[in-house]
Amino acid sequence: MFANPFKLKKQGILGMNKRNIHYIGGENNRKYYPLVDNKLKTKVIAQDASIAVPKLLATIERQSQLRKLKDILNGLDKFVVKPAQGSGGKGILVIVEREGDTFIKPNGQRLALRDIHRDISNILSGLYSLGGKPDVAMIEQLVEFDPIFERYSYEGVPDIRVIIYKGYPTMAMLRCSTKKSDGKANLHQGAVGVGIDMASGKALFAVQHDAPVTQHPDTGYDFSQLQIPHWERILTLAASCYEVSHLGYLGVDIVLDKNLGPLILELNARPGLAIQIANQTGAVKRFDMIDKQVKGADVAQRVAYSINHFGVK
Amino acid sequence: MSRKFQVLLIAFMIAFIGLFLVWYKVSVLGIPFMPHEKRSVYKVGAEISFEGQNKAALVSMALPGAQEGIQILSEDVASSGFGYAEAQTKNGKRAEWSKRKVDGPQILYYSLEVLIEPGEYNPKPPLETFEQKKESLSDLPNTLRNTAKNLLDEVRERSADTHSFAAQLIQDFNAKEPSQAVKILLAQGGEEKFEILHRLLRYRNITVRKVHGLYLENARRNIALTPMLEVYDGDTWQLYDLNKGKVPRDTNFFIWKQGGDSLIDVTGAKKSNIRFSINERQVPVQYLLDKKELVEKAAVLDFSLFSLPVSEQNAYRHILLVPFGALVVVLLRVLVGLRTSGTFMPILIALAFMETTLIAGLLMFIIIVGIGLIIRSYLSSLNLLLVARISAVMIVVILIMSFMSILSFKLGIKEVLTITFFPMIILAWTIERMSILWEEEGAHEVFIQGGGSLIVATIAYFVMSYSFVSHIAFNFPELLLVVLAMIILLGRYSGYRLSELIRFKSLAE
Repeated sequence: MFANPFKLKKQGILGMNKRNIHYIGGENNRKYYPLVDNKLKTKVIAQDASIAVPKLLATIERQSQLRKLKDILNGLDKFVVKPAQGSGGKGILVIVEREGDTFIKPNGQRLALRDIHRDISNILSGLYSLGGKPDVAMIEQLVEFDPIFERYSYEGVPDIRVIIYKGYPTMAMLRCSTKKSDGKANLHQGAVGVGIDMASGKALFAVQHDAPVTQHPDTGYDFSQLQIPHWERILTLAASCYEVSHLGYLGVDIVLDKNLGPLILELNARPGLAIQIANQTGAVKRFDMIDKQVKGADVAQRVAYSINHFGVK
Repeated sequence: MSRKFQVLLIAFMIAFIGLFLVWYKVSVLGIPFMPHEKRSVYKVGAEISFEGQNKAALVSMALPGAQEGIQILSEDVASSGFGYAEAQTKNGKRAEWSKRKVDGPQILYYSLEVLIEPGEYNPKPPLETFEQKKESLSDLPNTLRNTAKNLLDEVRERSADTHSFAAQLIQDFNAKEPSQAVKILLAQGGEEKFEILHRLLRYRNITVRKVHGLYLENARRNIALTPMLEVYDGDTWQLYDLNKGKVPRDTNFFIWKQGGDSLIDVTGAKKSNIRFSINERQVPVQYLLDKKELVEKAAVLDFSLFSLPVSEQNAYRHILLVPFGALVVVLLRVLVGLRTSGTFMPILIALAFMETTLIAGLLMFIIIVGIGLIIRSYLSSLNLLLVARISAVMIVVILIMSFMSILSFKLGIKEVLTITFFPMIILAWTIERMSILWEEEGAHEVFIQGGGSLIVATIAYFVMSYSFVSHIAFNFPELLLVVLAMIILLGRYSGYRLSELIRFKSLAE
């Protein structure tokens, strides 16, 4: 029932206590947390550093601005409304089509303007933010997913999580939503995590609820066929977030847009440990290798190092 | 100096200081480390009420003196606006309250804490034949003189010695059909039975004293002193109850006053009355020792919790347990990896369990949170703002609690009445947090975290209610430094949690 802790240590498996003390506590300065916890701030610093992000179409900060909602949405057919400080995908509204004043969600549900009005009003009053703080609503360009992911995702947003340690891409996984996860790419709720080879972008293992799976439970497609395109671009984009976030232990969430290529969706200052199970590898060994590198390498050097040293296949 | 070394150094220093103080108290001051048996301490309160007549009032009350077998631990006087003094008379101490101008109803309080000392009661012979005024039958009016003499002679015939004489005499006075002589004495003596009996015994030159006292029993209110006669036969003292006759000298009979002086004298006021109340509490032996002797022994103890008033000491008895609950929380979080809803909520729940008892507490907690979740799920459809929503949930919690109390009171389940010890605001937050969890992560996560919280609370309850823990927490608060050191060390533990050994099992092969 229990694994031998010495074996786990030998495998370099990162545990929660070590993550909190050595990596989050040791590498992440608290004062930079607001940059990643607030998606609006993340977007601003990313844009300033010319890091590709979904385009911000509008922000709504006050209830009074909602009176002009119709003007703000004028000409927007596909967009996403999200709270700047939301967590776990709460309060995100995706509109894929528009017929006059009727807005259509991905599942075909039709919304009137006042439904969107109410959703934004909830965001502003802090319904989805941590501790109920008043929040800001962001209206973003809709990411048009690369069709490669259609087979591996159920009704939702597949994204790629890359762990960046001291600027080096260390480990990656693709998170695929399932029926069980209710279309959310959250591993806690039953999304499938697929470990990705750092060298090639090919799928390594897939796990659901910490147990291995070989195919997507809803679409039935075999994960071993999966190969993520633009892999080096993805790693480069993820690694470049180190400079803007100042966080040594960072999770970068990336989506692939079929026209724009990889885009940064959000950053996370406390990335979880499930990525190790999806990769069937411990993270500590790689962290230790990175610790031995000389400081000051640029993004390209760091990505090259990761591709050369952390590949499995 | 690396951070790890600093942590180790600080933790060991703190732990060393704590352990050194404990060692000092145990081996130098001789405070027992292990808990000992408990003793009953009785709080005896006297309440004097009277009505002032808009003039100077002087109230004097007999105070109990030292007595064999019962130790007076402390005394306390409450009398706002009155001057208070103690006066020594030849029959013992008296308390005296005085005030220049008194009007309307007044109440004075005097209370004592007494301890029954273990062991046999061995009354000492009288030091002298105090207050034994020479009395003779000639003090009585002529009509009664013969009646009394005949009665005494007749009783003397029936008795063998002093004690049996006293017993027979009292029995005569208590007979269902008293003899003619007794009837006459009671009807025409102009005195109460107590006084007549005392007088009759004195006529026969028996050494007798009047005693007024209280039986130390728990939760007595509004009682008067029990009058007794104590008779000495030149060898032993024997108590006589006016109604029951010969009674053994119980160890719990506390003598308030001896001799013929009045219990209270009130001048300048009317309607004076005195009532007594008694309350018992169990106190571990060493607290009594500490108070009396140890505080004098060591200056260290002047800063101990024993120097606080008793009510504050009781508050600390609970507060000092919280660190042990925190230790349980840290252990289970860092070493085991149990997920709880709210980090320190389980400690507060455990404190509530200590008042409600475990099973009743668990049931009530589950019922309240369950009902709260149902109501909260309706509130969430109303789309209220957070503060308003939590306040609404809190009011609902209070309503559930009061409803449960009333219902259970009518049903006669008194355990439920302790429900008020649950911290309502914590319950409201728990309901809120769990309901958000339910919406966001599903029912599964609610059961994991809710169950985790209850497991942690239950373990914390067992630790905190373990009598040894509460004993050392209160007597050796220095040990909190050791707990602190342990928590600091655990705060740097970077190894695996037990739950991770399961989670990462597939990676170990």
